[in-house]
Amino acid sequence: MLTRTRRRSSALGALAVFLVLAVATVTFAGTAAAQSDDAALRTQLNALAAGDFDDTQRQINAIAEAGDPRAAPALEALADGDLYFRRADNAVFITRKDGSDYALRDPLTLEDAGTAGRREVKKIRVNNRLRRVIRTALGTLTLRAPDPAARIEAADAIFKAQDVDSIEPLEAALAAETNTDVARHMREARAAAVLASDLPTPDKLEAIATVAARGDRDARSLLTGISNGPDTALHEAANAAIAKVERVQGLWDTARNIWFGLSLGSVLLLAAIGLAITFGVMGVINMAHGEMVMLGAYTTFVVQSLFRTAAPEYFDYSLIVALPAAFLVAGLVGIAIERGIIRFLHDRPLETLLATWGVSLILQQTVRTIFGPTNREVGNPSFMSGAMEIGQLTITYNRLWIVVFALVVFTALLVAMKATRFGLYVRAVTQNRRMSASMGIRTPLVDALTFGLGSGIAGIAGVALSQIDNVSPNLGQSYIIDSFMVVVFGGVGNLWGTLLGAFTLGIANKFLEPVAGAVLAKILVLVFIILFIQKRPRGLFALKGRAVDA
Amino acid sequence: MTLRFLSGGLTGGRLVMLALLLASAILVPLLNLALPESHPLHVPTYAVTLMGKYLTYALLALALDLVWGYCGILSLGHAAFFALGGYAMGMYLMRQIGSRGVYGDPVLPDFMVFLNWDELPWYWYGFDAFSFAMLVALVAPAILAFVFGWFAFRSRVTGVYLSIITQAMTYALLLAFFRNDMGFGGNNGLTDFKDILGFDIQSDATRAGLFAASALALAAGLVLAVAITASKLGKVLIAVRDAESRTRFLGYRVEHYKLFVWTVSAMMAGLAGALYVPQVGIINPGEFAPANSIEAVIWVAVGGRGTLVGPIIGAVLVNFAKSWFTAALPEFWLFALGGLFVFVTLFLPTGIVGLARTATQRLRRMRKSEPDARNTGGSVTTEPRGQAAE
Repeated sequence: MLTRTRRRSSALGALAVFLVLAVATVTFAGTAAAQSDDAALRTQLNALAAGDFDDTQRQINAIAEAGDPRAAPALEALADGDLYFRRADNAVFITRKDGSDYALRDPLTLEDAGTAGRREVKKIRVNNRLRRVIRTALGTLTLRAPDPAARIEAADAIFKAQDVDSIEPLEAALAAETNTDVARHMREARAAAVLASDLPTPDKLEAIATVAARGDRDARSLLTGISNGPDTALHEAANAAIAKVERVQGLWDTARNIWFGLSLGSVLLLAAIGLAITFGVMGVINMAHGEMVMLGAYTTFVVQSLFRTAAPEYFDYSLIVALPAAFLVAGLVGIAIERGIIRFLHDRPLETLLATWGVSLILQQTVRTIFGPTNREVGNPSFMSGAMEIGQLTITYNRLWIVVFALVVFTALLVAMKATRFGLYVRAVTQNRRMSASMGIRTPLVDALTFGLGSGIAGIAGVALSQIDNVSPNLGQSYIIDSFMVVVFGGVGNLWGTLLGAFTLGIANKFLEPVAGAVLAKILVLVFIILFIQKRPRGLFALKGRAVDA
Repeated sequence: MTLRFLSGGLTGGRLVMLALLLASAILVPLLNLALPESHPLHVPTYAVTLMGKYLTYALLALALDLVWGYCGILSLGHAAFFALGGYAMGMYLMRQIGSRGVYGDPVLPDFMVFLNWDELPWYWYGFDAFSFAMLVALVAPAILAFVFGWFAFRSRVTGVYLSIITQAMTYALLLAFFRNDMGFGGNNGLTDFKDILGFDIQSDATRAGLFAASALALAAGLVLAVAITASKLGKVLIAVRDAESRTRFLGYRVEHYKLFVWTVSAMMAGLAGALYVPQVGIINPGEFAPANSIEAVIWVAVGGRGTLVGPIIGAVLVNFAKSWFTAALPEFWLFALGGLFVFVTLFLPTGIVGLARTATQRLRRMRKSEPDARNTGGSVTTEPRGQAAE
């Protein structure tokens, strides 16, 4: 749990801090003790309005010493020149210009406090010296924030700014800190500040070690700054530390590439696995397979629209409904294609390619006519939004779920193929169609059901893809060539081949991307497959035996 | 020798088609240039350009028919050869702009100036000469086809697998040509052409000339294709198409035959591309799109594969329909095209020409007595019988 924290971009982060503070304010307002605190803090804030710059500075320092994080929004507003006081009662407000008037907000509760005319309020003046004081004070305040994430945020801000004035507040906060994770961030922030200060070399050497242990990009740029400095002892330490950081970063980069590769691979797996089954059994490539994925995505859109209008409170369950719906829609369309077209072309696989391409054009245009050519908005349920962090690796939940989902689908399919009668039939027909027919297997039925199954899986792949990609009529087109490559690479009629093919191509793509760029990486992978197919014309896991000796 | 091929292959419909092409190469420019615009027989310039474009498509379809109809190689990547030829021509036309570009650089095309390039990349050298550009338009697709085919046919990649990797090939090229640092104008491609061989590319006379060139190229392509398919080599190709393993066991080096016809076909496609670009005035990476290749396959299927004349008819018909549809009912074009794919493969496996042949045979059979008709189906053997070789 300790390594799991919410990651936020800095702008959102600041907002979140305020939200947390606002919530905290409301929660604390109830108790009597808090009320007296409240009154004291309010007096302190109101005192900001009195006197000259020096008085204001003293007052800010007093607020910082009191260490109540709820004062942060008011100080922030003061720095931005948005803190005003009412001439009538000297009460302080956070204001926003609203036409010729000012919209007032209470500095503590942040609730609306009406408006005031231009002459009724007066701005509390600040200068650059005060702004610096405020920044330090704010740092101190947020270091005491009740939310650990906010404290980490504050520490990281100090780390980046290398704020020398923050060393003391940091040390004070460290002494009071009980959360080891937050404490680590604070130590790093202190080390960064020490490196910028004029403290003696031994202190700095220790600080370099602390910063190096952090091991991320920020640590590296900070250390690079030191290694250019005049002190030779620091030089060597910094250079050694940079080397260490780079080693750590190399490892994390590899981990990141593997994760992205797994993520891409699972998407490819979902898109390709249905194709692999139908290709294996019937020896035909379904060019409309991508459109089955698209149908699945649009089914998700329709299901979610129904949820939005009928039962918005159950929106999180929409995907669970969308999965069987997409399976049915795409599966039925697939069976219709098989019964209506493909079964007449059994001895002509190349013509099937053309006919299913025609079907894909028709399906695309149909969807475009019904839903329009623009992207459709598909929402993420709450359990799929957000991200977690493992060290320097950010893992978004929707990607994680898709990896899990792809593996679940794969396992389910594997079980279906190995443990059910239908699976047995499918494998038999894959190996030798005529022999299977002689044994009494109704091959036309197996064909139709396999095609339905393959298309249905494409449909549920569409549900998953709708979470990470744009839902447009062209959704299928963007995956179809990659799916072909996976099938051709992995071999026909072998689920393990598809799994291996999908993840190999996914990971290879992601490892090439930083070296060669995204487009060139893709080209290289394509060229690799073209060359690979020369060596193994039937893929990684080719079926052995006479059946494939075509 | 050649004459014998021709007399063997240039029969009936092919002779008519050849005559038609030669006649239109003279007549259409004449009707466009010599007659005043008010004359009822005057052919407007836009129609000349449009038909010229169709003819280049027809040449592409003919090239495809040579490999698909006679050798059973379903290429879903012929647009790559077409586009390569087009780019070679485009590069020549770019160099002809000279200092008339927006930036006025005497050597560098506009997009290179825009990208802050200092000098012409080495692979742009020589493209100021028309003859060199035309040579590249033929040789570049040929080299690509030869290398690709040498790998693919030698390791006996066939059927659906081959189709898929041809698609991968054109897709890879599509991605590559989209890159700005490839030096082919990236996303925008090559355009803003001014003149070709010193003639203004917009003028009526040049357009008529390009039409005539396209018609003649198509006629020459037809003669070449007839010569190949009517020769002994052509018979081996048909054998490969219908029973590849058996042909190999009979002692033929199947991959050599395939490689030959594949490379010739790519060169024809390259020539078609080179003639296409000056008529439409632009070449961009979109031409590499796999969808374009597949569309070209349907032209062949509609006209009738393995007939040589059929693809020409198919290409012109389908593209005429496309022009009409996209102007009149733009939403329905994809429905129509998709439906065409399904309909032709299901109900018209031998295409329009096949349909016509069956119809004439039925007529003959009705005239003659039943038993005799069984022995007169000489031309039937050249029709494809599907892919199931075994």
